[in-house]
Amino acid sequence: MPNNVSVAELKAKAKELRLNIVQTTFNATSGHVGGSMSSADMLIALYFKYLNVDPKNPDWDERDRFVMSKGHCALAYVPCLAMRGYLDLNEVMRNFNKTESAYGMHPDSKKIRGCDASTGSLGHGLPMAVGMALGLRLKKIDSKVVVMTGDGECQEGSNWEAAMSAAHFGLKNLIWIIDRNHFEIDGNTEDVMSLEPLDKKVEAFGFKVLKCNGNKMEEVDKTLAEAWATEGPVCIISDTVKGYGVKQYEGKATSHYCSFGAEESEVKKFIDEIKNREF
Amino acid sequence: MGTAWNVYDGNKMSSGAMYGRTLAELAAKDPRIVGVTADLAKSTNIGLLGEAFPDRLFNVGIAEQNLFGVAAGLAKVGFIPFASTFAIFACLRGGEQIRTDAAYQKLPVKVIATHGGVSFGAAGSTHHCIEDFAIMRAIPNMTVVIPADAYETAIAVKQCIDVPGPFYLRVGRGMEPLLHESEEDKWCKEFKIGKAMTLKEGNDVTIIACGVPTRDAYIAGDMLEEQGVSAQVINMHTLKPIDEEAIIEAAVKTRRIVTVEEHNVIGGLGDAVASVLAQSGKRCILTKIGIPDEFGPIGKPEDLYAKYKLSSQGIMETVMEIMGKEIEEDDWSDED
Repeated sequence: MPNNVSVAELKAKAKELRLNIVQTTFNATSGHVGGSMSSADMLIALYFKYLNVDPKNPDWDERDRFVMSKGHCALAYVPCLAMRGYLDLNEVMRNFNKTESAYGMHPDSKKIRGCDASTGSLGHGLPMAVGMALGLRLKKIDSKVVVMTGDGECQEGSNWEAAMSAAHFGLKNLIWIIDRNHFEIDGNTEDVMSLEPLDKKVEAFGFKVLKCNGNKMEEVDKTLAEAWATEGPVCIISDTVKGYGVKQYEGKATSHYCSFGAEESEVKKFIDEIKNREF
Repeated sequence: MGTAWNVYDGNKMSSGAMYGRTLAELAAKDPRIVGVTADLAKSTNIGLLGEAFPDRLFNVGIAEQNLFGVAAGLAKVGFIPFASTFAIFACLRGGEQIRTDAAYQKLPVKVIATHGGVSFGAAGSTHHCIEDFAIMRAIPNMTVVIPADAYETAIAVKQCIDVPGPFYLRVGRGMEPLLHESEEDKWCKEFKIGKAMTLKEGNDVTIIACGVPTRDAYIAGDMLEEQGVSAQVINMHTLKPIDEEAIIEAAVKTRRIVTVEEHNVIGGLGDAVASVLAQSGKRCILTKIGIPDEFGPIGKPEDLYAKYKLSSQGIMETVMEIMGKEIEEDDWSDED
């Protein structure tokens, strides 16, 4: 069950995660900044308030599961796991993308404590989450299974195979979060391959659809609370801004994968911007 | 040896039926076992698990990506999922999920694929599968077993529970003749994943076969004997990890090897054997019998086996050809 962390505390954590994303990107020379920044608030709310997990016992059978289907946003997900106590944050930030590191561009569940699924190839998370939810139900464990996909990722047909089956099997404990940041590598989703009306599509597949501004912690908190209390399958369409937190990169396809410069002085500018901003 | 085509009751003793029955028996003892299929519960016989334990078989409809993703998810929460569809849809339609969800995460997803090779003859090339050995062999962490008949299928299905990580097993459509008399015959008793099975000893040539044509290879061995050729016959039911020792021993002993597989000659058993031979430094003539890198025609499986020399007659003829080949003069003194 969700604990009672305040919105202010969650906001502070989300700011810290954004700073970690920027610093990690700088250390690694480049990274999937856009989708990591857009999903940061949701990740923080999940890991610091909603997911029933225990970093001291990452394989605890009755924990809630989380699948980061948009695996390229390991840049947000893995530092978030570290902040939650699964990993050494400094080590994650220092070694991200380095040769033989456990922490690469896409998360490897065999190497990362607390990571419930290896992801990277898009359209794999929702099917795995459906399998987890079916399995937990069979074991009579009523934990939640939460999966976050990208919006461009919804173009993968496998999501719709899985969505159809989630409703068919009546998976009450499944929550699908779509980080609707509007951009994929080649541009706006509506130009590349239009998703809208996304809510109606997901609803037609049998989900209860909730919507929120995914970069407003008050709304994120409220919507997750509602999702937790709703008999699923539930889908949250989390409307976000790609690259949110650094003005220069906001709402741009080019922020999908980018860098924060090569010099300390360059990255400091971005760090100061985040530090001084009200989210 | 078991019964032949014309007297064989496919419904009662097919590899698929034996698989389904064995799985249901295993599931009665092991609560970790569950099944997943994609609208082929009946055709693959995984439906027998569902008949015994309705809540432990999940049919995801005609959706093979979801099939293997769901299987991986079930494995993630502690189950041993058996996932069944036709071989071609497993290895190509759901191939990335098998690789990335199951194999990359070393999950115990047991892929039991039916209708492999050209066994679904009249269905044509959309339903034939002559690529799966190559694909599955190349996936890290994967164990690949191609049983020769229904009895070996039953044994392999039981043994695969203890094989860590993902597992791929391919059978035919389920109307194949039996190699063995029973699960208790002398060969079956020795069946062990990863260990080649010698069906017949011989000194002049070694036939290494896997899957359905293994029985034909065994018959060809007897036919060759009548022609004065002493043929050794090996059942290489496990393609990966392959029994390298058995291959090298055969090369040194007979200097001639013929591989027999219901698969493209590219990337399957023949190439696996060739790779072991080439790296061993042993001299040996190798001929590969299989589908010669083409999409096969429609037809009865037995007709297609004959066309591609996978029948006992075809294997015998191919062996006679290789017997006529000269082996380069060498005293082999550098080998031992």
